[in-house]
Amino acid sequence: MGAARVKRLAALGAPLLAAILFPLVVDNPYLVSVAVTAYVTAIAVYGLDVLLGYTGQLSLAHAGFFGVGGYVVGILTSDYGFSFWTALPVALAVTSLLGHLIGLAALRTRHDYFAIFTLAVGVMIVIVIERWEGLTGGTDGLIGIPPPASIGPLSFTSLNAQYYLVLAFLVFTIYVVWALMHSLVGRTFLAVRNSEELARAVGIDTGRTHQLSFVISAALAALGGALYATFLGSIGPDVGDVPMTFNMLVYLMIGGVASLPGPLVGTLLIMGLMQALTAFQEYTMMILGPILVLVIIFFPHGIAGQGKVLFERLTGGRKGA
Amino acid sequence: MRFGGLKAVDQVDLEVPAGKITAIIGPNGAGKTTFFNVVAGFYAPTTGRVLLDDQDVTGLPSHKVARLGIARTFQTTQLFPEASVLDNVIVGRRLHTRSNVFDAVLRSPRHRREEELSREKALEALSFTGAGDLAEVLVANISQEARKRVAIALALATEPRVLLLDEPAAGINPHETDGLTSLIRSVSVELGVTVCLVEHKMRMIMDLSDHVAVLNYGRKIAEGPPEVIRNDPTVIDAYLGAEHDA
Amino acid sequence: MTLFLQQLVNGVALGSVYALVALGLTLVYGVLKVPNFAHGALYMLAAYVVYVMLEDVGAPYALAILASVLTIAVVGALMELVVFRHLHGKTPVHMMIAALGVLFFMEGTADVVWGPDFRPVPTPLDGVVTAFGINITEQRVLVILAAVASMVGLYLLLKRTLMGMSIEALAQDREGALLVGIDTRRVAVLTFAISGVLAAIAGSLIAPLVLVFPLMGAVVILKAFVIVILGGMGSVPGAIVGGYLLALAETMAGTYVAFAFSELIAFALLVMVLVFRPTGLFRKGV
Repeated sequence: MGAARVKRLAALGAPLLAAILFPLVVDNPYLVSVAVTAYVTAIAVYGLDVLLGYTGQLSLAHAGFFGVGGYVVGILTSDYGFSFWTALPVALAVTSLLGHLIGLAALRTRHDYFAIFTLAVGVMIVIVIERWEGLTGGTDGLIGIPPPASIGPLSFTSLNAQYYLVLAFLVFTIYVVWALMHSLVGRTFLAVRNSEELARAVGIDTGRTHQLSFVISAALAALGGALYATFLGSIGPDVGDVPMTFNMLVYLMIGGVASLPGPLVGTLLIMGLMQALTAFQEYTMMILGPILVLVIIFFPHGIAGQGKVLFERLTGGRKGA
Repeated sequence: MRFGGLKAVDQVDLEVPAGKITAIIGPNGAGKTTFFNVVAGFYAPTTGRVLLDDQDVTGLPSHKVARLGIARTFQTTQLFPEASVLDNVIVGRRLHTRSNVFDAVLRSPRHRREEELSREKALEALSFTGAGDLAEVLVANISQEARKRVAIALALATEPRVLLLDEPAAGINPHETDGLTSLIRSVSVELGVTVCLVEHKMRMIMDLSDHVAVLNYGRKIAEGPPEVIRNDPTVIDAYLGAEHDA
Repeated sequence: MTLFLQQLVNGVALGSVYALVALGLTLVYGVLKVPNFAHGALYMLAAYVVYVMLEDVGAPYALAILASVLTIAVVGALMELVVFRHLHGKTPVHMMIAALGVLFFMEGTADVVWGPDFRPVPTPLDGVVTAFGINITEQRVLVILAAVASMVGLYLLLKRTLMGMSIEALAQDREGALLVGIDTRRVAVLTFAISGVLAAIAGSLIAPLVLVFPLMGAVVILKAFVIVILGGMGSVPGAIVGGYLLALAETMAGTYVAFAFSELIAFALLVMVLVFRPTGLFRKGV
């Protein structure tokens, strides 16, 4: 094995090992649940990265899909007795279908109009959730969402078990994004992001590409939401609201777009900081706002995006596109 | 083709012979690029039709036109700036692959196969255009002339029947132009691709083309083999006239 | 019949506000290509300035409005100077993200300074005008008159002054404008300042009629975007017509169908426009 490869594996393996050891080493249930919340949010942020970082499209309805995922699972498990394991695929399917329909707008519209459209969609989703009280519990939300049913000897009622479950899904998400981006489909997304005109000239249907990217991002958001609702045992409408989308956007931009560690790093960093500096929580938006502006002006690929370049130089790996 | 009140291309009736090299020339603003854009599906013509081998492709969106076998390069050479040369050209293979999201995520045998094949074919196209050893270099770091070759490689990677070249020799010196000329000739001769180019460099046109059409003010004013065109008084007039007005 | 007339007037008053906000937005969006999500925050801050002037300072209403307009004009200009100037020519996505950052900052600041609660603003004009058998509050009359006056003023500015014509030139062709010697940087700042003025007039006029809170610009900005897309980006008549149409549709639907329905109208309109006429109803033109 070449030295570069060893370095790469170490760079990937070390954080994973740290994550696995985390609840065992840190004997603090509160911190563990903060980590879980960060992980499920990160899953959604990876979805946002697929759309924004790799395909160059902004969606402001992202948290809405997070919410839909959470509510579908919550409703099915607490009201209809579904098991988490059957509710999850349903939630993903419903959200993907929703994403597909909304993504139809992406087939013909320009990016800024599409973003505004998704903003309206995001607002609509929250309004529907709040108004459809019979189904969703209205502004009170849902409670009593059960933890996932046991699979054989594995039980998911304890905090640590849920931590590892969520971690497993996070690793799975990272794998999916990696596999997607290092594939022909991923190349298509990147081509569309870099130059729509040229992509079309070589036979790529940019409209369908945007739509597909949108569906994938929605599905990942829903996965995050489903896990979030199950972990928390409850869910409310503000989890799907536009400010939540803004937060995810900040995590992504700071962590770095189109980079594999970016969404996770950004989410952990900002959520961690917000937890640590509770005194400053009031000032969150005031501080994050200018940071976001600075990032987009000076580091449009996000801060970890610069780190990625560094990472590659250190490990001697080259990756274009 | 009307833009608002202006007829950019007015009743240009042109038949491009298969397997040959046709050149479209004319003073600036004669409507040559607009003509290309209509053929390649970037604009839908206000009147008239585009036929590819008897198949009506008028007004089809550009990606469909590309899939039917018409490839093009752009006046301002367009490549994907943040990727390597090879990564650029591989994108041109995409329309010949069928792998989808599931193939990608599951790393199916079909995906691996198509990825390998795309790579191979892309490298072939690159070496055909003489840019083979630039494969791993970032597009931002290659010369203007190399960019032109890579752009042609990208177009060739789609395995087109027709190649539209919009001012392929713009901005390169005479020596490089000669190189490009022989490349274009080999595209026609060795690959049998029908070539249609818009150019201003007369020597290149005369050396290269089998057939020439001349546009002025959006109309076709002459058509025929290069030697005839060269001596056609209407053509000379058009160019001189253009110099007067310019 | 009286109900209808009453609601008609309410709709016109609401439309005046929508139109003013949409006008400010269509200027920066159409002329400078900036999808300014933070535009609603200008409207919100203007309302807070009026609140402070009336409640804390005890100033007369006219002065409050003036203070608000001046402050927000400056804030608008600052947006261009500090933020959007650096993003000229970048993709819309870049600009939208920057606008969101500005929005965060402004909403966050309002939240910190005044808290998230809804604040009522003292009503300086509490008289009622009776005409055609209906009652119209004086405030609403003021809203309509001031809006119309502003629109006329804007029209004159754009068509009759050098500054206005520079803005139009910039909208049509930035390079061309540069070549003719127009100081595009200055025009950009001016355009943002004007958009601030328009938002401020709207915010100042609406303040006594609604409850002021940090997120009050959020719903309005979404509607403003719908109006601008509907009416055509950069189109002044489009913003005006669109603003009144939307407000009237909402008011009528809210009265005769159901309140919940009125919120969906903007969304439904947006969907229809995007599906059938992605370039908007009016053609672009300042």
